[in-house]
Amino acid sequence: MSPQPTKTLETVRAEVARTVFEDVLPRAAAGFPNEVCGLLLGEKGEAGWRIEHATQGGNLVVDRQHDRYQLDPAHYLDADRRARELGLDIVGVWHTHPDHPPIPSSTDREHAWAGFTYWIVPTTQQGASDGRWWILEGDGFVEIEAIQTPEQRP
Amino acid sequence: MSQVSIRIPTPLRSLTGGAADVSVDADTVGAALQAVEAQHEGLKGRLLTAEGELRGFVNVFLGDDDIRTLDGLGTAVADGASISVLPAVAGGR
Repeated sequence: MSPQPTKTLETVRAEVARTVFEDVLPRAAAGFPNEVCGLLLGEKGEAGWRIEHATQGGNLVVDRQHDRYQLDPAHYLDADRRARELGLDIVGVWHTHPDHPPIPSSTDREHAWAGFTYWIVPTTQQGASDGRWWILEGDGFVEIEAIQTPEQRP
Repeated sequence: MSQVSIRIPTPLRSLTGGAADVSVDADTVGAALQAVEAQHEGLKGRLLTAEGELRGFVNVFLGDDDIRTLDGLGTAVADGASISVLPAVAGGR
């Protein structure tokens, strides 16, 4: 699917623990050439999203994992329980775009939920890079800035 | 009637005033999802079609089990049961 036009929303941002990048990027790279996916645990406030942890769930798509993902709902249930134990919520989703820019596709739009932030990580044979962060605003995605924070809060 | 709790996912909590859990009285999963509307108007429409079928972008678990592997919306619920509404998470490049 061709990428949608993009714009940036400057009023909110994602504050992301450095450990989240350290957890996700190796997993994203290891999954190439398939799409891999997971959930983002943290909090959502008026200023945006604070991401403390990331999970990785199974991709249930059977025949075209190179360009589609469907997160195992049982993983969502487990992640929600873990989030509750940590005093957090599931506030976003990450997934990879193998050999493709980190821009939401029309397929991503079709399945997106308002209130989540979506982190898209581009992967290639050489590895994974930091990617870009998006939220659903009205009928389309807008990009938000992601700030790496040095440590998780206690 | 059994008293059951329904776990509401983050994207739908705007319809529950921010509440993560809603308690209702019902005998089946489907009745529980219908009953939630009395407390939180608009939520049922996000979960069920006009015909009362579960929407495709929503998964519902009773305890650890997807209700699609049980008796669907007709699955009986015991007192104290825990129902989880889970948004389907999917996409692709």
